[in-house]
Amino acid sequence: MITKVIMPKLSDAMETGKVIKWLKKEGEAVKGGDILVEVETDKANVEVEAFGSGVLRKIVIPEGEQVPVGDLIAVIADPAEDISSVAAGPARPAPAAPAAPAPTAPAPAAPAARPARVAASAASPSAGPLPAMESYQSVPATTTVVPMAPAAAASAPAPGGRVKASPLARKIAGQTGVDLRLIQGTGPGGRIIRADVEAARTAPRPAAAPPAAAAATGRPQAVPARPAFVVPPRPEAEYEDVPMSPMRAAIAKRMPMSKAPVPHFYVTSEVDMDAAWALREQLNGLDGQPKVSVTDMVIKAAALALLKNPGVNAQLNGQAIRVHHRAHIGIAVALEQGLITPVLRDCDVKPLGRIAVESRDLADRARGGKLRAQEMSGATFSISNLGMFDVEEFSAIINPPEGAILAVGSVLQKPVVDDGEIRVGRRMKMTISCDHRVMDGAMGARYLQDLKRLLEEPLRLLV
Amino acid sequence: MATQAFDVVVVGTGPGGYVAAIRCAQLGLSVATVEDDRPGGVCLNWGCIPTKALLRNAEVVGLFQRAQEFGITVGEWKADYAQAVQRSRKVADRMAKGVEFLFRKNKITLFPGRGTLKSARLVEVAGKDAAGKDSVQSLEARRAVILATGSEPRSLPGVTIDEKRIISSTGAVTNESRPGSLVIIGAGAVGIEFADVYAAYGVSVTVLEALPRVLPIEDEEVSAQIARLFSRRGITIRTGVRVKSVTPGASSVAVAVEAEGKTETIETDQVLMAVGRAARTRGLGLEPLSVATENGFVTVSSSMETSVKGLYAIGDMAGHQMLAHKAMAEGVVAAETIAGQTPRPVDYGNVPSCTYCRPQVASIGVSEAIARGGGREIAVGKFPFTASGKAVALGDTEGFVKVVADKSTGEILGVHIVGPEATELIHEFAVGRTLEATLEEIVHTIHAHPTLSEAALEATLAALGHPIHI
Repeated sequence: MITKVIMPKLSDAMETGKVIKWLKKEGEAVKGGDILVEVETDKANVEVEAFGSGVLRKIVIPEGEQVPVGDLIAVIADPAEDISSVAAGPARPAPAAPAAPAPTAPAPAAPAARPARVAASAASPSAGPLPAMESYQSVPATTTVVPMAPAAAASAPAPGGRVKASPLARKIAGQTGVDLRLIQGTGPGGRIIRADVEAARTAPRPAAAPPAAAAATGRPQAVPARPAFVVPPRPEAEYEDVPMSPMRAAIAKRMPMSKAPVPHFYVTSEVDMDAAWALREQLNGLDGQPKVSVTDMVIKAAALALLKNPGVNAQLNGQAIRVHHRAHIGIAVALEQGLITPVLRDCDVKPLGRIAVESRDLADRARGGKLRAQEMSGATFSISNLGMFDVEEFSAIINPPEGAILAVGSVLQKPVVDDGEIRVGRRMKMTISCDHRVMDGAMGARYLQDLKRLLEEPLRLLV
Repeated sequence: MATQAFDVVVVGTGPGGYVAAIRCAQLGLSVATVEDDRPGGVCLNWGCIPTKALLRNAEVVGLFQRAQEFGITVGEWKADYAQAVQRSRKVADRMAKGVEFLFRKNKITLFPGRGTLKSARLVEVAGKDAAGKDSVQSLEARRAVILATGSEPRSLPGVTIDEKRIISSTGAVTNESRPGSLVIIGAGAVGIEFADVYAAYGVSVTVLEALPRVLPIEDEEVSAQIARLFSRRGITIRTGVRVKSVTPGASSVAVAVEAEGKTETIETDQVLMAVGRAARTRGLGLEPLSVATENGFVTVSSSMETSVKGLYAIGDMAGHQMLAHKAMAEGVVAAETIAGQTPRPVDYGNVPSCTYCRPQVASIGVSEAIARGGGREIAVGKFPFTASGKAVALGDTEGFVKVVADKSTGEILGVHIVGPEATELIHEFAVGRTLEATLEEIVHTIHAHPTLSEAALEATLAALGHPIHI
């Protein structure tokens, strides 16, 4: 069977993708689930899995080239199969003569790459006549090329008890040292299957130890040494135009789609974090346990509060309001040249320790551009924490189609009045931005009230 | 012209279409089905089911021939092929009626006639009204249209199937007059099954195959075993031959073949064309809607939706294996998707393949050669039915169970069975593979004694290196 590998649509906003690296060579055997190619989208580098099995017969798009979503990038087939009808490369109406040189007029990166590619495939002796291939572009790309985790399958892992995993998954995990307790299963009822273990195997290991510097000072909460504050010299030029990175362009395109049509309202509340802080110190004093951050506790609390306030875990869906019964939480991760919101699924049922491990792994891989496609979509609610930048409070823009986002500030020491006495306490402000089409002020306020209570009675996060 | 509206309109009521219709109805959708033949499609009426009835006849004939082995002396007996065909028609009729019953039970409306898409949500049905006059009805689909029009026999270039001298599988199941000699072109499942039936009734059968072996999609050892057993039964098997021309004459057909550079002509009473099937999409109205196709098959997503939103295609016309059970699985996926669920997509790597000749052939997963080509170390275990107590008691000892596994993990990569009830035995491994069981789980499952299934256990033990009974 011939499987055409096309540039998958890895996010709603993605229009083109760049082939970064082929992880299989032409002539190499490929089976479904193998990581075939690394693709740069507007937001991140994504590893794309092979869908069909056979031999990677032809790489149509070489490394470094950018093509529109839906374009043929490679062909997988049985060794003996005649692939000349598909491997000739996509025939597009655009380039006039196959052998024509690249147009001299300045053009944006994507179209400029196209004539070069067509020339390359036409030069290949096996290519044959170029058939009309418009049909490939109409194939829904995400379903043919990137196997997604079946949405319905994501469900509760057995809390604390037996890990549900297939015999084969167990065996591969045992042979490769993958910890099944840290994997989200995508099989029936959340069962861990072979593909999940193999995905975890190719992912980088989560960062294990806390920074050595903090441990050396003996005061883990010590403020890190500040870098010298230097104002750079004034450049010669009056101004410069910096080209937008694909990620910046995506953010620029996406955010007005939220802020303009979505009527935001904001509710802010201050949380007494004394108990949460003390609990966190206790947890992090336990050896052999993952280190828990304030954000991890907020994620867990936010997820539990969403379950109690489903109206906030909701989004506009055509004429209906879709109310989610899972808390899949998008965690905003700041990057050098923008931000990305990987999704931590089923936070309502995951123990805090697992949230800590998985959120760190997600953030690390987000920074390394190593997120997988299914980790970049499907959030029901998002959290943005700018606490590490000494921000007291801020408001975030909702990430559509979600209905709300929580903006979290720093935990600050403040004078607080307690029973008529002034003492020093830890306080944290959070602001929820809500889509007024979906919910009202009181709903947002009730949600914050529950969230505040969970954080102020933090043992609830452990039960 | 009246227009009636339903949630879902299913065009074609073969195994894909009728299963999709029933599943839609179970999920609370109103369903119309359109059919230009009997409900049940090719499978029930002209394919799987009637051939199974004929093969059963062939098996009974085989038992009579072997009666002496069992110490039974049979006087004069006669196997009437016309009656075998009539029996198979009765079986097919009964199954088709079963589909009609299921439609009534699930309140599915059947519109007899030929369906054509007027838009992605409008199907026009050209049929007859109660008085037998031509009538046209229009069916509006509020949610989705599911296309399930199946496939039709392919021929060789320049060869016209007249269903008299040159027949397809459809002609073969209704062929009451037994020919003296038959050339079967194509040694896939269809060709091999009919070779079995006709040879049992005394027809001189020649099977021609362009590829180097019979049942070319099966494991090489399976092909070799079937070729050997068929040859022993007097069936002429010729592989690696090219058919140059098929010319019907006054009383016979001349088949010109080329093998190893030499051309020769075979004279035969009839020719059965079994070179494969093509999607049946002509006149369905796909072109005006720009429905994407590949090599004639409709392109679909993993939820069976075509390139046109709300238009689904399942079964033979949607490519992959052209098997009724694959079509049924796709029908369920399409129906559940339309009803708003997110079903697990069909796992095309885990579809059992079955040929109902004697001995039967069944397989799942990849062949030994493909597994070896995958670059990992594999383990192969084989158990012959000659060592199975049950098989010896039955007197059916031809064949084997062969298990191909990944050596380090015990993952079951492929299983290939030739032998009695192979098509039933394969499901142990189908379930195992779905659950991602390894060799150990099969071995830790107690298999009743004496059964044919013990051969599955023993072949699995053999893959682990310690079979008990060989």
